[in-house]
Parts: sequence; structure tokens; C-alpha cells
Amino acid sequence: MTSLPHSPASKKLGLVIDLDVCVGCHACVISCKEWNTGGYGSALSDQHAYGADVSGTFLNRIHSFEVVPEGGLIIGEAGEARVVHFPKSCLHCEDAPCVTVCPTGASYKRAEDGIVLVDEDKCIGCGLCAWSCAYGAREMDLAAGVMKKCTLCVDRIYNETLKQEDRVPSCVRTCPVNARHFGDLGDPNSDVSMMVAERGGFDLMPEQDTRPTNKYLPPRPRSSLSDVAPIIPLAENTEGARGFFAWLDKTLDRI
Amino acid sequence: MHPAFSMIIFTTLSGLGYGLAIVLGLGFFDPAMVATKLAYLTSLTLIATGLIASLFHLGNPQRAWRALSQWRSSWLSREGVMAIATFVPFTLSAGLAIFANRYDATLGLISVLGSLLTVYCTSMIYGSLKTVDSWHTRLTPLCFISFSLAGGFLLASTFSGMLILELLAVLLLLTALVAKMVWRNRIATLVPRSTPESATGLGFIGKVRLFERPHSLDNYLTREMGFRVARKHAAKLWIISWLSGVVLPIAALLSAMALGTGLPAQLILAIAAVSHLLGIFVERWLFFAEAKHAVTNYY
Repeated sequence: MTSLPHSPASKKLGLVIDLDVCVGCHACVISCKEWNTGGYGSALSDQHAYGADVSGTFLNRIHSFEVVPEGGLIIGEAGEARVVHFPKSCLHCEDAPCVTVCPTGASYKRAEDGIVLVDEDKCIGCGLCAWSCAYGAREMDLAAGVMKKCTLCVDRIYNETLKQEDRVPSCVRTCPVNARHFGDLGDPNSDVSMMVAERGGFDLMPEQDTRPTNKYLPPRPRSSLSDVAPIIPLAENTEGARGFFAWLDKTLDRI
Repeated sequence: MHPAFSMIIFTTLSGLGYGLAIVLGLGFFDPAMVATKLAYLTSLTLIATGLIASLFHLGNPQRAWRALSQWRSSWLSREGVMAIATFVPFTLSAGLAIFANRYDATLGLISVLGSLLTVYCTSMIYGSLKTVDSWHTRLTPLCFISFSLAGGFLLASTFSGMLILELLAVLLLLTALVAKMVWRNRIATLVPRSTPESATGLGFIGKVRLFERPHSLDNYLTREMGFRVARKHAAKLWIISWLSGVVLPIAALLSAMALGTGLPAQLILAIAAVSHLLGIFVERWLFFAEAKHAVTNYY
């Protein structure tokens, strides 16, 4: 049924992505592709993988944005321009438009934990869900002709054959800097919820009225480069040298 | 948005077919006339061709029947259900006219209502999407329905040459043109719902600009949602579309009225109908190609 769940459970599994620490290494992109091409549903195909016009299906992508405050192009005049690496995957919205537009019932939101999934055997590949998603979280797989999206690694997180530390989405497990966190955002006392409360986590495009489950943590304010960097280089300054270094300084001056 | 050829064919042909079905369903035509039978066949062919064309853009068309199941929430599903629900009474009407020279008012009026609802559902597939600012307005269904009706009455005039049909065709073409002009003016003054700043949540730091794409070449999203070729020629194409789709047909209708019934008048109207169809093709192409999707804020 492509209507949204009538009485969803309080559990809302999702990701919290820390824009302050993401270094844009794309490791999560690769681990996501690796895990999901062999797991849930059909493989994530590539087209012309070794040709000139290569493209492929991914469930998670990293954009890099340049953010420039007013007057920020000159160091020290205002805040400084910075680059923010921006991981983007399905936000498992509470009011997911991709679910309600689906004509076949392939697209659905689980009542028990809020994960949005596609039943690939029912998907006709009309692409309307991708049109309805403001976040670009859905991509049509051109080989299988069905819509692919982040499953929140539903085949890992409940998988009792995996070790406890591996029962998180592949992207979270892989991230070398811990920029991605997984947890229950419906529980105000969970680690992820507390992190969102402390750091002022926000929704992407709240004006689209989708009520995303995934939250983003803002980059922390930076100390200004002009305050930190001294004007005169330290190497030229021997004032305050004592003992052996004072003697060496004097001796070398005399030569 | 990428202007998929199958979607343009589908919305144009089925829109025109349903427009003609509405005129036929209202009982303007004498069912004993050969022209009426031809009109029924034309309408059915247009609708069927449109619906078949729409299957060509599916990744798995063999499962298309599943699209009839989610009419509670999905406009696409509603459209499929209504198309089939309309096809039955309308095909029966056509059968009655072609084989028994009869017009049944009940079947006719059900076809009229079904046709209107089908075109409305088609338009709401686009009109309901918040992600495309230019589509998300009540004017979108108004444009689709008025163009469908205008085309239907124009095509009906070609078959019968009745003065009342020609007058209504002129009136509806003008209505459609005005509706479309209001629709386009709205786009010109539109403040986008989403911006790169709201899409990334980084507006509190400053102006956001893409520094590096997540992929070196195109992907599904940029191909499907990031189509921009139209912007260059949009103004010219828009003029072509209303000249060919509205102005020329109105001129033809007026001269046909002056000529009265007869072969020259029918011929002029046939040319006008083809011209109208081409104009609507261009209009539909612009409808998709000019639409900017919210996901482009990330690119």
C-alpha cells in the first residue's frame, strides 16, 4: 500500500550526518555501492563502466559546496569562505512524497521503524517517485528498470549473523572520521537525538514539508585565520631566548 | 525536467482524443453520418496511441497493470483507473454509433465525465509535485483541460463543420491561450520554494555554490531533472507554439465559418487541426523542458 502508515511506531531509524567533520573522502559512497550491489534487490548497475560516457546507480553521493559569507573572499574582512563536504542519501521522510505518488504500491514506508523501501518486484520504473523527491535520493537503475534507493542497510541492521558493531548501515561503519551516525531519532534519549539537540541539527529543505528523519549537524564556527596566523614569522625572532640558545644566538650574531 | 518523447506524445494525443470524446459524448453529432463514425475511430485511436506511448517510458512495462492499484494516494494510478473506466463506456458508444447508428445519452455523458476526469488526473500527476515550482499550481489542470477541450472542438469541427462547434472551438482556443499565458506569467514572477541555501542548510554561513559534483559525468538525476537546453530557444518556441496551436487554428475556423460547409472549409480545418497538434507538441515540450526541479539546487 503506498499510503503512509496510519499509526507509525515511535521508532524512527535514520542517520545524523556531521558536516563539521566530513572530509569528502567518498569512502561511504564506495562501501554503500559495494554492500548494496550484492545485497537487497537487484545489483546497482553501471553503464559503459570502461567507456568514455560512464555512469551508474548510487544510493549515496557526496557533493562539495563552497560557502561564501558577505565579504568573505578577503581573509580577515568577514567570516571566511569555506568548503563543506555534503553526503546525501535518502532522508527517510515522515511525509515521504515518493511513497504516496507510487502508482503500484512498490514504494512503501515501514510502520515499525520508518524505513522507506522499494519492492522491486512491483516497481514498473515510471520514475514518478524520483520526480517527487526534492533531495535526489532515488535513482532509476537502467539495467533492471526499477527504482533504487537507500535501504538504511535493512539487511545489516537487523542481521543477527553479523557482529554487533557491524549492525549499522555500511556508510556509517566505513566512515573514517565518524561523520555519519545511525540511531533511533524517535527516541529523545538516544545518542543521535541528543547529538541533534546539542549541535542544532537541522532538516534539509523544510519548506518541502517532507519532515525528513535524517538530520544534518552544522559546521562549527571557525577561528578566523587572521587571528591565528602571526604577522611576523616566529623564526626571525630570538627575543626571550635563554641559556644555551641565548649564547648560541649571540655567538652566531658575532660571526 | 527531461522532455521524454513518450510523455509528450502521451499527453498531447490522449488529451486531444479525450477532447473529441467529450464532443462526441455530448451528442453534437448525428450517429448515422459517416463522419461521426470516423470521429469515434479517430478519438479511440488518439487515446489508445497516447496510452501505449506512455508505456514506453516505463522501466518494466510488462508490470504496468500494477499501476491500477494505488488510486487512494497516487494521481498516476488514478489516471490509469480513469482511462480504463472511460474506455469501456466510450468504446460502447463508438460501437453503437458505428454498427447501430445510435447515440445513447447515458453512455455519452458517462464518457464526457470520464474524459474530463482522466485529463484532470493526468494534469494532477504534474500539478501535485511540490518539487517543480512551475507545475505546482491549480493553473496546470486548467491548462491541460482547456487545451484538451479546445483541441476536441477543433477536431470535431473538422469532421462536421457545424457552426456551433466552430464557435465553441474559437472560444475554447482563446480560453486555453489565456490560461496558458497566466500560467507562464506566474513562472516569470515565481520565487523558488527551495534554494541552494535551504537545500544544504548552510545559508547561515553565506551564499552556497557547488564546488565539486559528486560524479564526474552525468547521472540519472542530472539527465532526468537537470535538462536545460530549452532555455536558449524558449521564447521563440513559445511564439511558435501559440501561433501554430492557437492563432492559425482560429484564423482557419473563422475562414471556414465564412466559407460555410463544403470540402474547402473541411480541408482548411483539417490543416488547422494538424497545426494545432504541432503547436501543442511544442507547448508540451516546453512544459517539461522549462520546468526546474528542486534537486537542481544541489547542482
